Amino acid sequence: MRHVISVLVENESGVLSRVVGLFSARGFNIETLTVAPVGDGETSRITLVTRGEEGIIEQILKQLNKLVPVIQVADLTEGPHVERELMLVKVATDRDTRAEVLRIADIFRSRVVDATTSSFMIEVTGDSSKLDACLALLTPLGVTEMVRTGLVALSRGEKGMVNKASHP
Amino acid sequence: MTGAQIVIQTLLDLGVDTLFGYPGGTVLYIYDELYKNKHRIHHYLTRHEQGAVHAADGYARVTGRVGVAIVTSGPGATNAVTGLATAHMDSIPLLCISGQVPVALIGNDAFQEADTVGITRSCTKHNFLVRDVNDLARVLREAHYIARTGRPGPVLVDIPKDVTVAEAEYVHSAAEPKIRSYRPTQIGHIGQIRRGARMLQQAKKPVLYVGGGAVLSNASDELFRLVEGLGFPVTNTLMGLGSFPAADERFIGMLGMHGTYEANMAVSHCDLLVAIGARFDDRVTGKISVFAPHATIIHIDVDPTSISKNVKVDLPIVGDVKQVLGQLNELVHAPEFQSARPDVSDWWEDINGWRKRECLRYTQGPDVIEPQYVLQCLHTVTKGEAIIATDVGQHQMWAAQFYGFQKPRRWLTSGGLGTMGYGLPAGMGAQVAMPDAQVVVITGEGSLQMNIQEFATCLQYHLPVKVVILNNGYLGMVRQWQEFFYQRRYAESDMDVTPDFVKLAEAYGALGLRCDKVADVTATLEKGLAYPGTVIMDFHVNREANVYPMVPAGAGLSEMILI
Ligand SMILES: Cc1ncc(C[n+]2csc(CCOP(=O)(O)OP(=O)(O)O)c2C)c(N)n1
Repeated sequence: MRHVISVLVENESGVLSRVVGLFSARGFNIETLTVAPVGDGETSRITLVTRGEEGIIEQILKQLNKLVPVIQVADLTEGPHVERELMLVKVATDRDTRAEVLRIADIFRSRVVDATTSSFMIEVTGDSSKLDACLALLTPLGVTEMVRTGLVALSRGEKGMVNKASHP
Repeated sequence: MTGAQIVIQTLLDLGVDTLFGYPGGTVLYIYDELYKNKHRIHHYLTRHEQGAVHAADGYARVTGRVGVAIVTSGPGATNAVTGLATAHMDSIPLLCISGQVPVALIGNDAFQEADTVGITRSCTKHNFLVRDVNDLARVLREAHYIARTGRPGPVLVDIPKDVTVAEAEYVHSAAEPKIRSYRPTQIGHIGQIRRGARMLQQAKKPVLYVGGGAVLSNASDELFRLVEGLGFPVTNTLMGLGSFPAADERFIGMLGMHGTYEANMAVSHCDLLVAIGARFDDRVTGKISVFAPHATIIHIDVDPTSISKNVKVDLPIVGDVKQVLGQLNELVHAPEFQSARPDVSDWWEDINGWRKRECLRYTQGPDVIEPQYVLQCLHTVTKGEAIIATDVGQHQMWAAQFYGFQKPRRWLTSGGLGTMGYGLPAGMGAQVAMPDAQVVVITGEGSLQMNIQEFATCLQYHLPVKVVILNNGYLGMVRQWQEFFYQRRYAESDMDVTPDFVKLAEAYGALGLRCDKVADVTATLEKGLAYPGTVIMDFHVNREANVYPMVPAGAGLSEMILI
């Protein structure tokens, strides 16, 4: 099963390598990983997507919790949550395909962020399947380069991690 | 104060008065301060950094306090890695201070630079690089705190040389550090403990499976009281030996690969398994799918990641073993429980039936010394009261099977990592902690040669460590596996060329004794143990003796090879 795990950590050097090292040392798999400081900059939030059976996920959650600089860990897939990913795609175009590329960009409510006579760069956000779908349509038209951020996610509603973490 | 002064002052404030280490360029300011504070803090110069860390580990295992080691950057730190990994696997509280090149040179491939926090990340509980002298005292206190709380473990603090010269104000602090992201659970959940007590009451064929966690949390008294209240059989892991007295009727021996027949059969047939500070290591469980197949499992452990890691547990209780057993004892010793105490007399009949196999039996003939016999004589001569440190191999398993530990913190062995070369330095560290105790290192001629240089340390500090070599001229445990599983192809396990250990002892200034006659075993031990200084006793034993019983790797516990 696919799980989206959110990890609130102290924003100090080496924390990311501890988290990643844990996955590699124990043979757990990471599909995507995003990290950036949040709030006052004293904490960072890592979102990672992983896959595994229930027991594996339980171990991942516990092992993450055990790392000293980890403040809180949550499996967002346990409840309602919002997932977003951002993708930049560069598409090579010629006279025949330019309109088609723009039309696809429009369908996916994405934006053109750069254009030359022979290419477009498009920014798409959404959940990962939307990005996949968009990419599937653009690829035959000539995708030359692309990059994705990996997933970020938050649980729906008032409950969240940061509030709790600020009351040690 | 300078950083170096802060290091010493913080250690003193933490109650540290003993260090094991080896100097080098990046820690010279710290050593300079050590020199000035000789009267307050004792430094033991080992002959190798691995020895320093193992010595600190041995010190920690016998005292329960945090062992402290100090090493220089680069090669000093990399030499410390095996010691750290050893302590990490066995959850031993250690603080390792390593020197680092000056901050400005970090990452520049400077002379004697290594990415120490990177290298030691996976073999420490936590580690720190201190870039600012203002953080130094706090970090050292946090490191010490993390090392000894929760599930204990080694913590490394890497200190660049310029940080040891820079100055900061030192503020004494006796308060426990508060780390918002680190709050180990001590007290067990009372609802879970009540549920556990009910399960104990319903058991017909229970077994208590007790590991090193019981030793680490000093829970022996609570464990004994629990067993008094239940009358259940107790088995120990290799790491748990001594947590429950071996001579007690209710002790059924060690379990696992070289455990007793009765312990392994009991686990294979039990209906309730209570794991206490034990982590279901593969050397204990054998083939997981047939491990305790009929049992409901309760697991008490301070580390939640140990729970349901290898074996699915029915009732987890997270907390310090001493605390949880204390909580459980209140329920078990209550009149309601005692008046309906579970009847396990049929179960004891089964177990006593298995006991009759006498699986540890061996025959001592008139000529060749059997290694087991040496250990039994050692037990007699020391009245079972020595602190025993071992290396890794057959001798380790025989020591575990035959020495008979009555008390905790007297058994020092590398259970998790299985580190050859651990015994002598660990025994040395134990002797530093307990100058008046009888410390005996049981080793093989293979293992001893891995850190043999530490004899010099023993001599330098007049540490009367007694080394007993069970010399079989083989890497015995390797040879045993080759005999059983590789059709006797003894590839590189023959240790024909070994030094003359008697002369070697003498070269170091120690006493060397050699024994190859059955009739002389006791006399040799008596003579060696009575000698006031460091001794090597080289027992030439049956070259092809094997450790029995044995569960082959990958087999179930009930599929033992018996003699
Ligand atoms: C550092 C290290 N290297 C290799 C091994 C693998 N190993 C386990 S037991 C053993 C043989 C030990 O021989 P010896 O010390 O002579 O003891 P014996 O088994 O003969 O009692 C070896 C090589 C190990 N445990 N540790």
